[in-house]
Amino acid sequence: MQRNVLEYLEATAPRLPDKIAFHNGTEGLTFGQVSRAAQGIGTFLAQRGLKREPVVVFMEKHPKSVAAFFGVAYSGCFYVPIDEEMPLYRVELIFQTLHPRAVLCDDRTKQSVEDLGYTGGLYHYEEAAACEPDQSVLGRIRAEQLDTDPLYIVFTSGSTGVPKGVVACHRSVIDYIEQLSQTLGFSQETIFGNQTPLYFDACLKELYPTLKFGATTYLIPKSLFLFPLQLVDYLNEHRINTVCWVVSALTMISGLGALKKKVPQYLHTIAFGSEVFPIRQFNLWREALPDAKFTNLYGPTEATGMSCFYHVDREFGPEEMIPIGGPFPNTGILLLTEDDRLVEPGEVGEICIRGTCLTMGYYRMPEKTAECFVQNPLNSAYPELIYRTGDLGRYNDRGELLFVSRKDYQIKHMGHRIELQEIEAAASTHQSVAAACAVFDREKDRITLFFTGEVQPGELTAFLKSRLPRYMIPNRMERLEQLPLTPNGKIDRKALANGQIPAGV
Amino acid sequence: MEELLCILREIHPDVDFETCESLIDDQILDSIDIVTLVAEISDAFDVEVPPEALVPENFNSAKALWEMIQRLDEA
Repeated sequence: MQRNVLEYLEATAPRLPDKIAFHNGTEGLTFGQVSRAAQGIGTFLAQRGLKREPVVVFMEKHPKSVAAFFGVAYSGCFYVPIDEEMPLYRVELIFQTLHPRAVLCDDRTKQSVEDLGYTGGLYHYEEAAACEPDQSVLGRIRAEQLDTDPLYIVFTSGSTGVPKGVVACHRSVIDYIEQLSQTLGFSQETIFGNQTPLYFDACLKELYPTLKFGATTYLIPKSLFLFPLQLVDYLNEHRINTVCWVVSALTMISGLGALKKKVPQYLHTIAFGSEVFPIRQFNLWREALPDAKFTNLYGPTEATGMSCFYHVDREFGPEEMIPIGGPFPNTGILLLTEDDRLVEPGEVGEICIRGTCLTMGYYRMPEKTAECFVQNPLNSAYPELIYRTGDLGRYNDRGELLFVSRKDYQIKHMGHRIELQEIEAAASTHQSVAAACAVFDREKDRITLFFTGEVQPGELTAFLKSRLPRYMIPNRMERLEQLPLTPNGKIDRKALANGQIPAGV
Repeated sequence: MEELLCILREIHPDVDFETCESLIDDQILDSIDIVTLVAEISDAFDVEVPPEALVPENFNSAKALWEMIQRLDEA
């Protein structure tokens, strides 16, 4: 039985040593090179006494950072990818949670880590990857490792302002990759065009099937997602046939009229998720690629990648919504009402997940973990955890699951999961901000921050850019005399969201 | 031009659009900004921005954007 994700690489590298595994259009690594670099890094980290602990990979998005992930896995540690563009303030928050003893960097990020005042082991990728692999050391690590040991931690938005680190183990990732690969029909012929950043679990969809099948992944430069025709040219130049993108990346191409000029001619498998796909945009894609397979995916980071899928098998009208369908094999979905019973037909309930896919919880946050990972309320006979997503769903007449809304103030913006309170918390740390309220317009995919206090919008935006990742920066800033209040004296979010806004300053 | 600057300042109130010439190269504008800009420019100046016009050179500065709008208006 497979116990470690690296077994995928170990089966493929001897079979296809010279095939390109990961490429960005300019530089690439073959399976042989990935394997050699990963074993070198694994040996290098083990020689420094690191064992079953977080190792930060703070590198630009590049085939080498992917090899670094596998290198950390070889050492028996777990990788923590950090976005090179993340403001240092946020990186510092993450480091305070992790206390990492080792950080892998590249030329571009070395200075940033030094600026943090980090005093642990800071190692350059090239130095670690060049280390001579020691098979006896690597063999001993593997023999001791369990499939329930962590593979990675990814950080997601936290409502208190502190990002939460979701810890996932080998077993959950193997389960996910097996089910996803079968559902989407990946093979050695698959050429992935990766869009999602490497610092979220979304990229599991490309990285591990590439190892499993000996496929190829192109890490598409982020700058191409601004200019649709250039992006389509890139897809065609590299004969990319499979994409698993956030909806906003697909609608950027269709919405700006690019599909009328040029079609990604090799694309046959299109998976999308993280957001609701506007049907008008979706139909533009279907018209342009009538023979392609379209699949909607749904799932929270806490349940390792995606949990549910729906192959689009019928026409949808402009007012309809594409279902999230049903769970992957070996994943269970419970729709629970507020009093913890299963929903009646058509009734709305919270989407709760059970199975091997459940991650291990939030790193060094036992209270937060206990809030969301709870005993299955329908089972009082033995311990069984479920994850409460906070997403509300219901079944349609066909028995397909539909996403309805959120229980709280979490949003999906440009494919990113964001707690609106985290933006408010960051704004409130500015000394001249009296109160702040972030509101999301789902139609326009736009965040507006309403605030009061003696600071100009421009200054506050610049301040937020130093504290929050780019995708959390509000798209509009509105300074008000005062924020509307509910009869209980709380900020009236509904009024702001509905455009009932008091006069500005 | 002033109307265009207003649109740009709404999106990024912290940027000096009158002098900045590297809006794309320095990653000041991201993909949602491009989508927003195209929609607002189409509305405000009654022009259609075709996909061929979506190239970095046209979006690196307010001046380049303004020149693009004028070309589209004449066409």
